[in-house]
Amino acid sequence: MASYKPVVVPVQPRLGEKVTQDTLYWRGYKTPVQIKEFGAINKIDFSPVSPYNYAVTASSRIHVYGRYSQEPIKTFSRFKDAAYCATYRDDGKLLVAGSEEGSIRLFDISGRAPLRQFDGHTKAVHVVGFLSDKYRIFSGGDDYSSNLWDIPSATEIVSYSEHMDYVRCGCASKLNADVFITGSYDHTVKVFDARTKKSVMTIEHGQPVESVLLFPSGGLLVSAGGRYVKVWDVLKGGQLLVSLKNHHKTVTCLCLNSSGQRLLSGSLDRHVKIYSTTSYKVVHSFNYATSILSLALSPEDETIVVGMTNGVLNVKHRKPEESKEKSQKKRQPAYRTYVKGRNYMPKQEDFYVSKPGKCVLRKYDKLLKSFQSSKALDAVLEPHIRLYTPEVTVAVMQELNRRGTLRSALAGRDEKQISLLLTFVTRRVIEPRFTPVLVTVADMITDIYQPVVGQSVLVDKQFLRLQEAIGKEIDYQEELLEVLGMMDALFATLTKKRAAYLEENKSNGLTKTLEQDMNN
Amino acid sequence: MVAPAALRVVRCGGSKLHGARAVFSADARYLLCTSGDFVKMYSVGTEETVCMLQGHADLVTGIQLNPQNHLQLYSSSLDGTIKLWDFTDGILIKTFIVGYKLLALYALANCEDSVFAVIPKSGERDSFQLVSVKLTKTAGQEMEAKELSVILDGVDESPKHTAFGREGEYVASVKEVNLQVYFFKRKQMNRFSLSATNTKGGNNRFTCVACHPKEDCIATGHGDGKIRLWRNFCHNKEYTFSTLHWHHDIVMDLAFSVEGTSLLSGGIESVLVQWHNGSDCKKDFLPRLGSAIEYISVSSDGTSYCTSHTDNSRDVKTGLVVDPRTKALVLNGEPGHLQFYCLQSDKQLYSLDIVQQEYIHQAGLNQLDLVKVAFSAQGKWLATVEEREETDLELQLKLWVFDEETQSFKLNTRINMPHEDHITAMCFRDRDEFEDDSPMLVTAGKDCLFKAWVIVEDTDPEAQQSVSWSCDFVGSYHNYQATNCCFSEDGSLLAVSFEETITVWDSVTWDLKCTFCHPPGKIRNICFGRLTCSKYLIGATDHGFLCCWNLLSCALEWSAQLNVLVLQPDPLSEHIAAVSWLSKDSSLFVFKPNKPRPICIQRNLCKEKIQFAAFVPRDIPETIVSEKYLWLRRSQLYFLTNTQELMTFSTKSPEERLTPSSKQLAVEESLPMTPFSLLLGKHRQQSQEDVDLGKVVIHNHHNQDSPAVKELLHTPAHVLPSASFLCPIFINSLLTSKESKSAEEIADEVEMESEEAEDDSDEERDIIEMEQDDLRPMDFLGETTCRLSKSQEKELRKIRKMDYSWISSF
Repeated sequence: MASYKPVVVPVQPRLGEKVTQDTLYWRGYKTPVQIKEFGAINKIDFSPVSPYNYAVTASSRIHVYGRYSQEPIKTFSRFKDAAYCATYRDDGKLLVAGSEEGSIRLFDISGRAPLRQFDGHTKAVHVVGFLSDKYRIFSGGDDYSSNLWDIPSATEIVSYSEHMDYVRCGCASKLNADVFITGSYDHTVKVFDARTKKSVMTIEHGQPVESVLLFPSGGLLVSAGGRYVKVWDVLKGGQLLVSLKNHHKTVTCLCLNSSGQRLLSGSLDRHVKIYSTTSYKVVHSFNYATSILSLALSPEDETIVVGMTNGVLNVKHRKPEESKEKSQKKRQPAYRTYVKGRNYMPKQEDFYVSKPGKCVLRKYDKLLKSFQSSKALDAVLEPHIRLYTPEVTVAVMQELNRRGTLRSALAGRDEKQISLLLTFVTRRVIEPRFTPVLVTVADMITDIYQPVVGQSVLVDKQFLRLQEAIGKEIDYQEELLEVLGMMDALFATLTKKRAAYLEENKSNGLTKTLEQDMNN
Repeated sequence: MVAPAALRVVRCGGSKLHGARAVFSADARYLLCTSGDFVKMYSVGTEETVCMLQGHADLVTGIQLNPQNHLQLYSSSLDGTIKLWDFTDGILIKTFIVGYKLLALYALANCEDSVFAVIPKSGERDSFQLVSVKLTKTAGQEMEAKELSVILDGVDESPKHTAFGREGEYVASVKEVNLQVYFFKRKQMNRFSLSATNTKGGNNRFTCVACHPKEDCIATGHGDGKIRLWRNFCHNKEYTFSTLHWHHDIVMDLAFSVEGTSLLSGGIESVLVQWHNGSDCKKDFLPRLGSAIEYISVSSDGTSYCTSHTDNSRDVKTGLVVDPRTKALVLNGEPGHLQFYCLQSDKQLYSLDIVQQEYIHQAGLNQLDLVKVAFSAQGKWLATVEEREETDLELQLKLWVFDEETQSFKLNTRINMPHEDHITAMCFRDRDEFEDDSPMLVTAGKDCLFKAWVIVEDTDPEAQQSVSWSCDFVGSYHNYQATNCCFSEDGSLLAVSFEETITVWDSVTWDLKCTFCHPPGKIRNICFGRLTCSKYLIGATDHGFLCCWNLLSCALEWSAQLNVLVLQPDPLSEHIAAVSWLSKDSSLFVFKPNKPRPICIQRNLCKEKIQFAAFVPRDIPETIVSEKYLWLRRSQLYFLTNTQELMTFSTKSPEERLTPSSKQLAVEESLPMTPFSLLLGKHRQQSQEDVDLGKVVIHNHHNQDSPAVKELLHTPAHVLPSASFLCPIFINSLLTSKESKSAEEIADEVEMESEEAEDDSDEERDIIEMEQDDLRPMDFLGETTCRLSKSQEKELRKIRKMDYSWISSF
């Protein structure tokens, strides 16, 4: 004598995008704030210290924005031409930027005028950055050279001219103060050690390198160029680990999230893709209005800032974590009641009888259990079930049909209820997963209420709507069949060649028949 | 050595259990049920089949305990005999030949020498009479019982339609809308009748009758679900009845509790209703009993009720499948359930709920039914198909994974409408255990398609590693219906039969490799050869041909004219069993695909058509001498007929096959242990074992280890038998026996001695006296030791007989 088995509500696999932890996480941002800059935004850099201001380099200015400010809280505008790559030092006190005219300027974050100016590049400097010892700066310029500068003396320490084309990106190692990496349009990424005169490693990316990134561990290097994002194992001498081709235009910028578990890449194809750094699969992607040039993520992933070619700065803030106090407000039973009987340790000779878990039945299940089919149908036609979980309504209808009581459950309803039922049927009958059941229901309703057609305007209107919906669906299906026919024709011509050599071997000629009289 | 034993067909289970009401033994420890031609005894405590009483030649129609001796059982059968059994020992005591078909059996306490039976009236069809059969007390195994006296005429054939009243004073019988009550003492007959339909159009037909055990009250069940309680029926006019109504359909059976305080009723709803004090307002329900209730019986101590259900007769649609893990036979069970049936112990291991839907017990309802089952090679995956056909088909394919933790199957994937039409066949790709992580399932449907299903892993890298099944490939062939599918042993080839053609596909690339056909017959069964014969493909057509194709040359190797119904390959050898149907009876042919000549032919298996067959691997390979039956060495062939009898083959003689002694032991062991039996039983067992093994009884020097001494020392003094009895045991235990005797001599001696024991009654008497002495101190102890019941007495008597040889062996 088993207990009552509740109605099984079929779960349909959700089509399209799957909701994963990642999608939930990355969807948790507010609607973006758009800030218009003067030109294409080539660099966004977050201050590593609280309150995490960020410097945006666009045209000839560097704007520093606060966390929630839409107006710049500070501007560095002492550039004659375009400024490039404004980057914070690790302590957040100094800012360095390259420029079109070839000079590199170092600013104090509180001051306005540059503290130092490093001259030595003959052409525009597109990439500058601090080494992790805080006292040196590396830079890369359009004069194919990568230089190392001393901050206190404002002099050039060493200059490497190994690249064959513009140097457009670079980064410094966080662990080793002497190591920095630059990427160039000559398709290579070079690793330099300040202690040596030459590059220590050259990695062939295959496309003009637009962005490089070193993992916090220093072991993995990510380079972006062309449509590819490539991950290299530096410790194995620059072996290619994985090559990602998820964008369909040039990838312009790379960025890691705060935990280092996710890699973000922005591209001219207007997408930001987020990869898992364990499987290197895309776990989420953002869509933007125009081509993306620069991208930055604040510490704790609080803010995503994206700079576009048309000078629009797109800032997304994270939604505040939903407080879970609401659920805590629900009064828990007192501790004493809670532990009652639970702190008893069974002795060895005790025979343990487990209490069967109490099964809470839904309202419709209770009614079905007591064979009240009409009421069960009423229960699943309540607005919250009918509108949000139509599969429950349909499952109960199917169960009633199985029990042979659907007709009596549908019968004997007033004008309002019929209209409600018909609205539901009209709306859902075209959904393939509901069609078989709802067609039966529609049949029965028309059967039962045929005699009263014409008595109520409301019901008549619903019947006409149902007819219209079904008519539309039939037309649609016919069209689909036509398309299918066309596709079949196409496929048939495609597979003809292959079928030629796959000759069917029919060996039904009775070559060797051994007749045997089994009765002997 | 021995002449080759003939292969015998042995029934090993199945068949209807609901031929008649089940009977509880007097102590309510055992339940006796009729099962086809047998009576089966189940232990109430362990649910095991304890013993089987076989001897009737036709369906057993009624069983009753002998009112004079409740260790004996009367059974009646359609073969016209009443047999008296000692059911605890499984011994047939007497056979009474009545000569008429017996349709029901009743026994009364106050009629010592007669029982009552329903027999067909001679000369008239569909007319039956209740007769009293005089059972002569003369000695002898078989005797005629021709002394019949008609009590009631025109009774119904069903055993439920007649009931005997309080202390056998009257008998009540119902037929159609008439109730007749016959009083034995007054020889008076009262008839009551109802109109065929009542005012509300209900069906007033009687369906069953039961009599109150203490009062003059008759309960009758009706076709419209009403129960009427008749009182005061000794007067023809002044009778009264009250009505109880809860059932919405036919009341199938009624039973009063032992004291008559409550009435039990059951019907198609499969709800057991308990009516208290005959009132309509107080009732208890026991719902969802699995299927319609056919019979209700009550144990004499009132603690247990037994309901017999009709579901036993349902069709087995899934066929016979063997669970690779438990080696249990898997087939349809309760509606919507899959039962795992252990062949060795004739017991259902467990039942798996497949449909997981509330089953509405109502006549004429079409419910989801389980139609196909398949296991993967290692038993990790189980695939089931259920369908329900009404205006449109409802199909569900479910895939279950074996959960090591709970040791049962867990639902993994549910696929609605895997095919547009019925699924005709389903099989897993059998791979080695190392590659079992990538199983594949193929389903063939009447919608002219076959589909391959594979496991896909969830793409989300951080999500829990969850797997589910999805469709990998859909294949078809010229829009013919797919009828069978089968994988080759290594899983590289898939054969799918489409009506007249067998197509062979590569299971990796899904290329169509080749096709075979044997026109004009449609393909009924296909299977690949195994092991050394894996290059052959066997197919049977409904045109009466068995064909064997060579897959290497793609040519027909041989064919034979044979109307094959079932084709079953042995998973452990090359042998293939084909069961054919030749006009009247089924025959079995066992062959290897490389030779067209069968290894073994067994004709006249049974009169019925065989529906399914299955090879069940043996735990230990059997040693079979005969070359002809070598195919039975590693696995056993079971088959199911369309009357749902499960049969198998055995080369052993019936005595060897059944081991009644072990079952007997089970009976004895379950009897309550008295200190006395504790003391003596062990000795008896020990000596019995020694005798059985023909070993020399060796008493080692460590006398303290001797159980006799141990018992002597450890048993509390107040429960020990008298010292005079214990003394010889003690002294004997100190002696070392001679070890020079050969085993055979000992055995001979023991036999001789036991013969002596039977002859020499004086000696036995001595022992009786001695034992009576033993009993006395226990009686002295008063109420602490319970009085010996009859069964225990009998037990003791047995012990005494056995005991003698033991004592004399010292």
